[in-house]
Amino acid sequence: MEIPYTISTRPDTGLWNAKIGIWLFLASEVMLFGGLFSAYIFLRIDAAPGMWPHGLLNVPVGTMNTAILILSSVTVVLAWASLKMRRYRAYWWYMLATISCGVIFLTVKLAYEWPQKFEHFGAYIKPEALGKYEKYLGNERRAEKGMEPRIEITGHLHSQNAKEYEVALDPVNAEPDNPSMDRPHFFPLPVTDKIATIEKEDVERATMFLPTHSAYFASYFTITGLHGMHVLGGVLVFIYMWLPVSKRLYQRNPEHLANRVEVSGLFWHFVDLIWIFVFPLFYLL
Amino acid sequence: MSLKAFHIVFIIFSTLLALGTGAWCVWVDLVEGAPIYLAGAIASIAAAIALIIYGIWFYKKMKRLRIIT
Repeated sequence: MEIPYTISTRPDTGLWNAKIGIWLFLASEVMLFGGLFSAYIFLRIDAAPGMWPHGLLNVPVGTMNTAILILSSVTVVLAWASLKMRRYRAYWWYMLATISCGVIFLTVKLAYEWPQKFEHFGAYIKPEALGKYEKYLGNERRAEKGMEPRIEITGHLHSQNAKEYEVALDPVNAEPDNPSMDRPHFFPLPVTDKIATIEKEDVERATMFLPTHSAYFASYFTITGLHGMHVLGGVLVFIYMWLPVSKRLYQRNPEHLANRVEVSGLFWHFVDLIWIFVFPLFYLL
Repeated sequence: MSLKAFHIVFIIFSTLLALGTGAWCVWVDLVEGAPIYLAGAIASIAAAIALIIYGIWFYKKMKRLRIIT
């Protein structure tokens, strides 16, 4: 039995089935991501003054990834337009470009951005021990300037034993009295070779930059991880539509393939639109 | 909404993002005084202009080709 309304429109809705299906699905996605964005915004508003991390993400890399996703939206719509004009060869190349953009985005995210965070370490110092680590925190100068105290020492975990952590310090803790360290650095500064020894009994909690580190990283990994899974899903669908199996559908019924590309293109645009909100929220603001 | 219409909406949002990123770069440059951010602002505004030109080109092309869904 043939599935009806895959190409022609239903008389009652004026739409073919897959288009209604994708918009219903995207409506549910709006609720999913909307809930997560709301959670992020409320967590941020509720954070104590000066306690919400800022400038921990690599803005140039994030900007490049944003440009790649915008480019992929252009190529997918051109792939669809090529099918509408019955130019299969052009469709094939545009689809390949779209798949490549998705793969590059995921590679940058999973092989560069996330691992950089996993290598980073942060130790929150107990309030009563903050004075002991003044040379790494610079809180006396900050208090004079009316700024919130630093409570975390960050860097790369050099080594640890039962009593101590040895941390290769981030510049912010290596030169805490340098006024330029009062601001976030959107071009990340490399870890210094200055090593700090932190006693474990002075530490409230210590962890790598994982979701367990803070509400900020929990939100960051949840939202970018979920977004990444959507990108992966889109790439897999596009690969299917790029393979010879889809050429056979094109030869049988080109409009059917064009409709399939349109609904997957709608999904892809939605995923890219989510990133348009993720980028400024997490990287810039 | 068709892919064509959603693409135009997406390009509008991308343009707004590029303009916002440009404004953000100008703000950081004013605070930090780092010329690299000024370069970022110029690149962002150039990207916004390119997106506007592309959006207009896309709309006209779709209209000319009469790709209506």
